[in-house]
Amino acid sequence: MSELLTTPAPGGPVVEEERHPHEPFLRMDRIPHIWCSTCGLGTVLNCYITAIQRSSVPRADHTIVSGIGCTGRAAGYVKIDSFHTTHGRALPFATGLKLANPRLKVTVFSGDGDLVAIGGNHLIHAARRNMDMTVICVNNFNYAMTGGQFGPTTPEGAKLTTAPYGSYEHPFNIPFLVDSCGATYVARWTSLHVREMIETLVEALNHRGFSFVEVISPCPTVYARRNRLGTGLDLLKYYHDSAEVRHGADTRDVDISFKGRIIVGRFVQRCKPTYLDTMDAALGRSVGKEFVCYEGPMQASDGRS
Amino acid sequence: MSRPKPSQPDATVLTGAHYLDGDEACAEGAIAAGCRFFAGYPITPSTEIAERIASRFPLVGGTFIQMEDELASMAAILGGAWGGAKAMTVTSGPGFSLMMENIGLGIMTETPCVVVNVQRGGPSTGLPTLTGQQDMMQARWGSHGDYEVIALSPSSPQECFDLTITAFGLSERYRLPVLFMMDECVGHMTEKVVIPPAEDIPVIERRWYRGPKESYLPYQAGPDKVPDMVRAGDDYRIHITGLTHDERGYPVINAACQSVCVSRLVDKIRDNAGDIVITDEEAVDGADVVVVSYGISYRVATRAIALARAEGIKVGSVRLVTVWPFPEARIAELSRKVKALVMPEINLGQMYRELQRAAAGNCRTLLIPHCGGWVHDPNDVLAAIREGAK
Repeated sequence: MSELLTTPAPGGPVVEEERHPHEPFLRMDRIPHIWCSTCGLGTVLNCYITAIQRSSVPRADHTIVSGIGCTGRAAGYVKIDSFHTTHGRALPFATGLKLANPRLKVTVFSGDGDLVAIGGNHLIHAARRNMDMTVICVNNFNYAMTGGQFGPTTPEGAKLTTAPYGSYEHPFNIPFLVDSCGATYVARWTSLHVREMIETLVEALNHRGFSFVEVISPCPTVYARRNRLGTGLDLLKYYHDSAEVRHGADTRDVDISFKGRIIVGRFVQRCKPTYLDTMDAALGRSVGKEFVCYEGPMQASDGRS
Repeated sequence: MSRPKPSQPDATVLTGAHYLDGDEACAEGAIAAGCRFFAGYPITPSTEIAERIASRFPLVGGTFIQMEDELASMAAILGGAWGGAKAMTVTSGPGFSLMMENIGLGIMTETPCVVVNVQRGGPSTGLPTLTGQQDMMQARWGSHGDYEVIALSPSSPQECFDLTITAFGLSERYRLPVLFMMDECVGHMTEKVVIPPAEDIPVIERRWYRGPKESYLPYQAGPDKVPDMVRAGDDYRIHITGLTHDERGYPVINAACQSVCVSRLVDKIRDNAGDIVITDEEAVDGADVVVVSYGISYRVATRAIALARAEGIKVGSVRLVTVWPFPEARIAELSRKVKALVMPEINLGQMYRELQRAAAGNCRTLLIPHCGGWVHDPNDVLAAIREGAK
C-alpha cells in the first residue's frame, strides 16, 4: 500500500496525492477492515480486485456474494454490487442472481466453513449444474469468526477450541470434492502465491461454467496461535517451504495434512455446457417454436434491460 | 394441465374460464402477476404448483430451477429478486421450516418475493397428503428477530389466482416476502377459475429508484417508510446485508442503528395496515354472533352459518383474506357489538389467540379446534354459533 503524500515545493511541479490503484474498487468509507493483522484475507481480496480489473467482464457486471464468517465480510469492502447473505447460502443466492440476470458475472467469495460445511450441499449441486459463476474459497482450516472451532477442512491433529485434544475427523479435500461433482475449473494457491493467484482468478472469471479457486490463508489469531504455528509471517514461510506447484495434478492427490505439503496449481480446466446452455438447448429442442427464452430482468429505471 | 393452443397469440395470461385446482390457479396467478423466476423443491401438497410452473415458464419467458432443498430455494428467489425478476417459491410445512432463515434475510434486506405454503398437518412430517392450518403462527413468528409480515389465505381456486396477484403486488409495494398461506384442501380443490383479460389484471411493478445515481441510498425511505430499489448490474454498487444496517446498507452493530433499522421494518407494515388488510364481511351489522374464519375453514363456516340462520340466529361472517397483519381494530370494534366471536381453524388455537387479544374480553370468543387431516364438521361450527348466541 503506497501512501506517498507530497507537498509541492514553492514554484515546483504540483504533485497530486498518490492513491492506491484499488481505491476505486474499495468502499473506502468502510476501511479499515475488521480482519486481523497478517490474516491472508486482505491479500486474497487485493488479488480479486486486480483480477476484476484484468478480466474481460465490464465492471458493472461484476457482482460479489458472500456468506457468513471472516471471509464473508469480503462482500462489504468491494465497491461493486455486493451481497452479504446467510451462513452457507451464498451459492443458492448467487444462483438466483445469475439466473435472473444472466449478464452478471457472479463471484461467491466465502470461507471453508461457509461453503463446505453448512453450505456443502449447495456447493456440490452448483458444481454439478456447472452453474456459470466463480467461487473463491478462502480456507483457513477453522471457524475463525467464532473464535477458532474445528471444521470440515481442519487437518487431523490440529487443535481448536472444540477439538482441544486435536481434531480426529477426516477433512475434505475440496478440489477433489468439486472436481468430482462437475466443476469445470479448479485451482488452488496459498495467499503467498500472489501473482499466480491473480492469473488464476482472471482465468476463473473469464471461464464459462463453474470455476472454483481455493486459497489457503493464514489465520494467525486463532488457528496458528492455538497450534503454535507462529505468526502470519511464519505461516507464509511454511507455504513457501511446503507448497509444490503441480498443474494438472490429479485432485485425489491434493489433500492437506497437518504441517504437510500443499499441492497448488491449476488442477482442472475443461469445457462443458453450463446450466443455462443446457436449459436453453433442451427446452428449445423439446418445446419447439413455442419456447420463449427467459426474457431477462424487468426494465429498471434507467432503461437497461 | 391444458397447454395453451399454439395459435394463441399470447400464452402469458390464459384469459377465459378454466377448471383448475388451487395449485394450478396459483401458478397461473404468479405468471399473470409477472413472476419470471421460480426456485423450488418438491413437497406434497404444493408440488403441482412447481409442476405447472415448470411446464408453463418455457412458454412465457420464465426461468424455473429445482433447487437441492428449501434453504436453497428461498435463498435463490432472494437472489432472483435482486437480479431484477419477480420471484416465487412454493412449499409445505417441513420446507417452510427450512425457509425461515432466509425469509428473515428477505425481511431484513427488504426483498420482494412470494412464498407459498400449501399447508398440511404437522408437526414434523405429519400428514403429508392431508390438510391443516397449523403454520399460521409460524408464518408470523417463524424466523428469528422482530419483524412484521404480510400473509394471505385463499379460500378457493379462483382466489388462488386472484390473491397470488395481490401477494405479488403487496410484496413489490412494501418490499418484503409475502406469505401465501394455502392449505391442502384449497390447493387440491378443483373449481371454475375465470382468468380476466391481461389488461384488467392489476399488476404492480417494482418501486424502481428514479433519482440520480450518485445520491442513491439503498435504505433511504420516503414517508411510507419503504425504500426504492435498484437491481444488480446497473452500476449502483450497492451493498446489501443481513446485518443491522444504515441507509447506505452498511453494517452498523449498535443499539441506535438497530432501533432505526428494525423500527422501520416493523412500522412500514403497521403504519400501512389500513392499506394492506383485506377482510370479506357479510351480515355483521346487527349480528349476535360473527364467525371469523379463513382459508378452507371459511367454506365450512358458510354452511354452518346457513344452518344457524335457518334456526333464526343472527349470525355474520368476517373472512380474513389477509391473516397478517391481523385486523385487530375491526375485531375490537365488532367485539363491542356482538355476543360472541366464533373461530373455526384447523389447529388447536393459533389465529384464535389474536381473536382473543383483539376482543379483549368485550364478548365471548369461542374456538372450534381441529387437529388436522380433514375439515370441520359444519355441525361443530353450528354448535359453537348456538352456544355464542345464548
